[in-house]
Amino acid sequence: MSTPLLEVNGLKKYFPIRSGVFGRKTGEVKAVDDVSFSVMPGEILGIVGESGCGKSTTGKSILRLIEPTDGEVKFEDRNILELPKGEMRKLRRDMQIIFQDPYASLNPRHTVEKIISEPLLVHGMKNSKERKERVRELLEVVGLNGYHATRYPHQFSGGQRQRIGIARALANNPKLIICDEPVSALDVSVQAQILNLMEELREQFHLTYIFIAHDLSVVKHISDRVGVMYLGRMVELTTKEKLYEDPKHPYTKALLSAVPEPDPDIKKERIILKGDVPNPQNPPTGCAFHTRCPLAMDICKEIRPEFAPVEDHHFVACHLYNDKQ
Amino acid sequence: MKLEEKKNQLQEQNLPPNDDNVMDEEETEAVSPWRDGWKQLRKNRLAIIGFAIILFFILVAIFAPLFTSYSYDQQNLADRLHPPSEEYLLGADHLGRDIFTRIAYGARVSLQVGFFAVTGALVFGSLLGILAGYFGRWIDMLISRIFDIMLAFPSILLAIAIVAILGPSLENALLAIAVVNIPIFGRLVRSRVISLREEEFIMAAKAQGMKSGRVILHHILPNSVAPIIVQATLSFGTAILEAAALGFLGLGAQPPTPEWGQMLADSREFIQLAPWTLLAPGLSIMLVVLGFNLIGDGLRDALDPRMKN
Repeated sequence: MSTPLLEVNGLKKYFPIRSGVFGRKTGEVKAVDDVSFSVMPGEILGIVGESGCGKSTTGKSILRLIEPTDGEVKFEDRNILELPKGEMRKLRRDMQIIFQDPYASLNPRHTVEKIISEPLLVHGMKNSKERKERVRELLEVVGLNGYHATRYPHQFSGGQRQRIGIARALANNPKLIICDEPVSALDVSVQAQILNLMEELREQFHLTYIFIAHDLSVVKHISDRVGVMYLGRMVELTTKEKLYEDPKHPYTKALLSAVPEPDPDIKKERIILKGDVPNPQNPPTGCAFHTRCPLAMDICKEIRPEFAPVEDHHFVACHLYNDKQ
Repeated sequence: MKLEEKKNQLQEQNLPPNDDNVMDEEETEAVSPWRDGWKQLRKNRLAIIGFAIILFFILVAIFAPLFTSYSYDQQNLADRLHPPSEEYLLGADHLGRDIFTRIAYGARVSLQVGFFAVTGALVFGSLLGILAGYFGRWIDMLISRIFDIMLAFPSILLAIAIVAILGPSLENALLAIAVVNIPIFGRLVRSRVISLREEEFIMAAKAQGMKSGRVILHHILPNSVAPIIVQATLSFGTAILEAAALGFLGLGAQPPTPEWGQMLADSREFIQLAPWTLLAPGLSIMLVVLGFNLIGDGLRDALDPRMKN
């Protein structure tokens, strides 16, 4: 097996809660709590979970757009969390991000030309003619036209804006792109177009994606492997075939049973979870899922299950499987 | 599954990659947010009236020597408190000086005070506001508390205090007005920067590997300009009013400089005897301030995207 492009070990991001006149720290939200995974070159790793489970924070922490509290992020065998600012800036040409909201992620006062050429300029392409050509090339790569360059973001539709966002991310030929729910804000018909575009681009430019989404069918469509997150923790991680056919973790099972079936005649067993997602400010002891788990045991309340392999390439954090090892 | 089907369907129908129904002809011109704002502004009749008033006073200020037959400090004591006539268009004051001439030259003083005081306040206020908003933490604490202290005093009182320390003169009045207006711009810019800092396109700029300086200059500043312009226009009016107030109290321009506020103060004793001596400077102050406020309101409506529909 080749070496992974990205390795995340024990990534943590705790947001402090401050209150009172002097802003004393009175608690913390554990948005990402000890998440580990690795990404191989050329693969698409999907990350799914409910809103608020820490998917986006994980993605942004990897890029240090949110400074993680603890952990290790190794990109091509370098721990980027220890890099000084200048080095980190240089590295950003290899690690890009596509944002969720195409209406918020483009500067409304810049033309498309400026939006896409700015990363080129920052990373050393000083010749403005060269930049102009590259912008036009990129616009065509993402399915827009060269003459769109002089327009402003508000003159485009959501799908077109997302294409501009993708062109910006591609500008410096990155190796890894973190896609933070890139299609969640789009109409379903447009979603498919953007997903297809992203798949084409991956082949064309040998990209690696971390694809964050809450839509299970989108993740299934695009990913090679899928990780499931719950309350800031990774609970299951395996290939997409295994995950969708043979989910191990009770949470994954419940999640998958909620996917609607297009055929009304098919009777499907649905697992309805009790209650709500617990407050991440005060997560349950032991396994974070034990308060809602239909199969919870005594041990689940006390000991946090390890995120361990139960089969080849199939990691689960659940006591049900840890025992059998 | 579902999406796979959808994908195939789309490919079968051979839909073009450009989605939605947005106009897509090559001829469509680029509409910059500024040009759009200007279009909105032109539709606003009150703002146009404001522009006309200010333009009128600017022209009067520039061409004052051309249409006045007196000098602003020329005294004709025989014609003291002369009512408006052909000779003295707006009458003469208690020293027999032509009020029309003094109003025209006074426009120079007032517009200059407004311009320099607002520019000074805008530059320093914005700078401090950006520092406080972008870097946060103790820098924000320090700058914001200083602003709070300055805003705790009524602005005219603070201006009087500053002039009292520096000594009464037009320059010091101007300086005092600029200082008093710094926290107004500072707080505005700070709040704008704080809300922009959380915007996704700022995070995107950082993700591209831009330095703080570039993020501030190319992303934060251009998006804060609209409220700054609006505030500047409104402050222009306030600054002129404050200069007039200081002049009225004898802390601003010193005689014989024709300053509207000071002209009011000088004429106050003669209000029953010669009301025209008060009317002209009073109306001038009112009109200029009104003009700037109309422009400011119009600009606010034109540049605020929430007002559009």
